Amino acid sequence: MYKIVTKKSLNPTVTQMEIEAPLVANKAKAGQFIILRVDEEGERIPLTVAGTDKQNGTVKIIFQIVGATTEKLNHKNQGEYIQDFVGPLGVATHIEGLKNVCGVGGGVGCAIAMPVAQALHAQGAKVTSIIGFRNKDLLILEDEFKACSDKLVVMTDDGSYGRHGNVTVPLKEMLEAGEKFDMIITIGPLIMMKFVVAAAKPFGVPVTASMNPIMIDGTGMCGGCRLTLNQDGKKVTKFACVDGPDFNGYEIDFDEAMSRGRTYFDFERKAHEKACNLFKGVD
Amino acid sequence: MAIDPKKHEMPTQEPAVRARNFKEVALGYEEDVAVAEALRCLNCKNKPCVSGCPVNIRIPEFIAKIKEGDFEAAYQIISTTSSLPAVCGRVCPQETQCEQKCTLGIRFEPVAIGRLERFVADWHNAHSTEAPAAAPANGHRVAVVGSGPSGLTCAGDLAKKGYKVTVYEALHTAGGVLVYGIPEFRLPKTIVAKEVDTLKSLGVDVETNVVIGKTLTVDELFDMGYEAVFIGSGAGLPNFMNIPGEAYKGVYSANEFLTRSNLMKAYKDEPDTPIMKGGKVAVVGGGNVAMDAARTALRLGAEKVYIVYRRSMDELPARREEVEHAEEEGIEFRLLTNPVEILGYNNENDPRDAKNGFVTSIKCIKMQLGEPDEKGRRRPVPIAGSEFTLDVDVVIMAIGTSPNPLIKNTTNGLEVNSHGGIIVNEGGLTSRASVYAGGDAVTGAATVISAMGAGKIAAKSIDEYLSAKN
Repeated sequence: MYKIVTKKSLNPTVTQMEIEAPLVANKAKAGQFIILRVDEEGERIPLTVAGTDKQNGTVKIIFQIVGATTEKLNHKNQGEYIQDFVGPLGVATHIEGLKNVCGVGGGVGCAIAMPVAQALHAQGAKVTSIIGFRNKDLLILEDEFKACSDKLVVMTDDGSYGRHGNVTVPLKEMLEAGEKFDMIITIGPLIMMKFVVAAAKPFGVPVTASMNPIMIDGTGMCGGCRLTLNQDGKKVTKFACVDGPDFNGYEIDFDEAMSRGRTYFDFERKAHEKACNLFKGVD
Repeated sequence: MAIDPKKHEMPTQEPAVRARNFKEVALGYEEDVAVAEALRCLNCKNKPCVSGCPVNIRIPEFIAKIKEGDFEAAYQIISTTSSLPAVCGRVCPQETQCEQKCTLGIRFEPVAIGRLERFVADWHNAHSTEAPAAAPANGHRVAVVGSGPSGLTCAGDLAKKGYKVTVYEALHTAGGVLVYGIPEFRLPKTIVAKEVDTLKSLGVDVETNVVIGKTLTVDELFDMGYEAVFIGSGAGLPNFMNIPGEAYKGVYSANEFLTRSNLMKAYKDEPDTPIMKGGKVAVVGGGNVAMDAARTALRLGAEKVYIVYRRSMDELPARREEVEHAEEEGIEFRLLTNPVEILGYNNENDPRDAKNGFVTSIKCIKMQLGEPDEKGRRRPVPIAGSEFTLDVDVVIMAIGTSPNPLIKNTTNGLEVNSHGGIIVNEGGLTSRASVYAGGDAVTGAATVISAMGAGKIAAKSIDEYLSAKN
């Protein structure tokens, strides 16, 4: 069992927790993920590590309440325990040698973009962060991004905060203005990452995208997280859990990934409704 | 008294009933049947059965105790050499091991050694209240990576000699393939849990949720004070066919399908973990894993399940008993048939159509057997122009697995072969000092009992190595 040391609501749909897991805290690097189960019958879900505190042996996770499991997790309180917590899994984001990087995060994906931005900042790179949200109420981590970014642009879809529009607008402007990024690192909804790649393409800037497909074990055993890369005209199957979660954005078949991500859409919707109804009774 | 030429039959659930439930298929012998079967043993001088057992269970001795009705004594004899008798009695391929060598088998059916082993283990589990006592500690510490059959066996053998053993398991439940792979109806999970509990009472620590190669490395285990490490991490990565359409929703590896059902309990009503149930299912492959996947799909409510295998029934590698059970349950074998493409639904006019991207059928080609390959098996060759499609909703690829590279990639000096299997000597020692390995991590996908045999050999080597260090 793993103790929830702190819990904080970042916005109405996004929660941050610090979980006591010293072995994971000791090893985790930006870009890696963990898998957790809330309770004995629970499903295994992957969440990217949002930070670590080696001294206290805790791992920070930030999650959006989108389904039954995240609903259940959100109903756990500080001082309570979750059943399982394993990691760090996957390969850390390759940041060695990068000097001028643009991080593009969307929604709860910003929680993953943040530790990467922090790590880049710590190694002395120039960091530009573009973070996008549907509206002002869903904005998270603005102060954290400010602290580790040389330049920060906040976008909202409805214009209720920051600039109006999606994240590709300022990205294109910067690229058109002649900004020479070594790398664009993008983390967020698949459709957003697909458009980030499209925006960067005319300028030939490398794009790393962080994938978050359906997973079970997270160690390469099930192959459920597989995705297709187009490498020099050849289709190559990769497992996000062990080969990723980061991949070359230009090679990823995003359409396929989006389709596969909806495999259990009906099941998940019903399970979430059920979980919500269950908690309505309790609350 | 004349010897009954036939084994006493194993009582089983009726096929039509069991095809729709996850309860164990084989029900086990009653006491009187077990004694009667034991009486068929000739107690011959050469004991060829013992040499046919990868862990050399003293078979005639435990059978002699059954004849006397002293079932606990029979159990104690088995447990001196096997850490998992209730498991082996269920999943071992006895027909190619101990029973194949049985002297009685020359003229009649061999003694039903596997059924008797299972009977003894179940009898013990039902009647014994005493947990086995831990051996006096010898002061040495050993780490075991993976809690599958090889790891549990290695841990058990070392613990019985007084070693302080910690087993590290990547998943949340101990048992490895015994819990994620083999279905409940063939090996109830309570039995695996019981065997793990027995090891714990011998003093073995089991640490779940630790991925060696990620959470900790092999080198760190030595830093932590372990004097030897046994790697039994299994054959992790599932193979796909690399044919078009494998990314469609509804295409699973057998590992994923079975893990969802077994480990994550998706077979229960209203599970937390989803799985695609019902419809028509094609399982590609002919091994025991393919049989397990097909029979699981049936029990999850499939209206039709096909086994698609490229060779003929004679070459089909699954155990006969499993094939017979599958056939009785109504699984259709499409032999000499090989998939060439998986087809999916794609509504060009409506990209938001919820059915888009789901499997609709599998395109296959008929095969014929050609010249034997280097292993002597006749190579299947496609028959030109014989393509046809089977309408299915789910395709399960059960065409084998490759060893998991997580440990190799993080352990300096650990040599592997071209298939990714860890290279070991006859004692299980790897190219790294104090690091041993066994089971599927070495051989690629094989059987539970051969993994146990490898765990046993490594435990013996580790004992010799560490006792010489004193």
